[in-house]
Amino acid sequence: MGTDTPDASAADAPADEGPAEDVPADEAPVEDVPAGEAPSRAELAARVDELEDALAEATDDGGKKMSIIATKGTLDMAYPPLILASTAAAFGYEVTVFHTFWGLEILHEERSKSLKLSSVGNPNMPVPNAVAALPGMDRVTTKLMEKKIADNDTATIEELLETSLDMGVEFQACQMTIDLMGYDEDDFYDGVTTGVGAATALQDMAEADIQLLV
Amino acid sequence: MSAEFDIAETLDVKGASCPMPVVKTKSAIDGLAAGEVLEVLATDPGSMSDIDGWADGTAGVELVDQTEGDDVYKHYVRKTE
Repeated sequence: MGTDTPDASAADAPADEGPAEDVPADEAPVEDVPAGEAPSRAELAARVDELEDALAEATDDGGKKMSIIATKGTLDMAYPPLILASTAAAFGYEVTVFHTFWGLEILHEERSKSLKLSSVGNPNMPVPNAVAALPGMDRVTTKLMEKKIADNDTATIEELLETSLDMGVEFQACQMTIDLMGYDEDDFYDGVTTGVGAATALQDMAEADIQLLV
Repeated sequence: MSAEFDIAETLDVKGASCPMPVVKTKSAIDGLAAGEVLEVLATDPGSMSDIDGWADGTAGVELVDQTEGDDVYKHYVRKTE
């Protein structure tokens, strides 16, 4: 495509046909170049390729980027963004995770240690919804899940978060939801970026090779 | 097998599950010099595919060998640059 374009436009350029007296203004300079010094089409095409390469080099900083929007704060839904973020960082990706609404819980130093698993609305739970809705059931299913996590040596949310921070993942806490939930900047883990909004997230997504909404 | 290369360092991630084997391998590789080989000992069966995929998609590392023995998966990764 990049090499086709200059050829196609160059084919239109020669004014050796049609009424000679009505030459468009933008073609006039071509006639000013003495015939012997005019660059050939091949030279022009090569120059265009050269400029396109230079542009690509100047606009691409080389590294791959991933942008994740984390919107959920249940124990099970806190894992995917953190696992993908830390893994992408291991691949050398520049990773940004923008946390909004319940996703903020993952970055909240206190609350991230007691994320809950919902027993209602999950057909994979061993109990029917009517039973799952009883008071205290969420605490039971959460305890069971926490035990499984410990038994399996699966990393905790806190471990994954600290590891990701160490690896250079940028965690952003949506300012609008911080205000909405009545949280304070100091409530979050050290290294978490606050004071950012949707425009920042959008900019990250536009520049990223991978964009995920979790 | 191990005669083909010298092991500069061994990383033990036995017991750890996804994504820790890959994440810790990356950190350990960062501490090596170019040309050195890291041995990774894991019990996570997923590490066979994961470390292979990670090495394939990551600049500056190369998977030299992988072996599967008594519940321990061994991975050999060379830092190339």
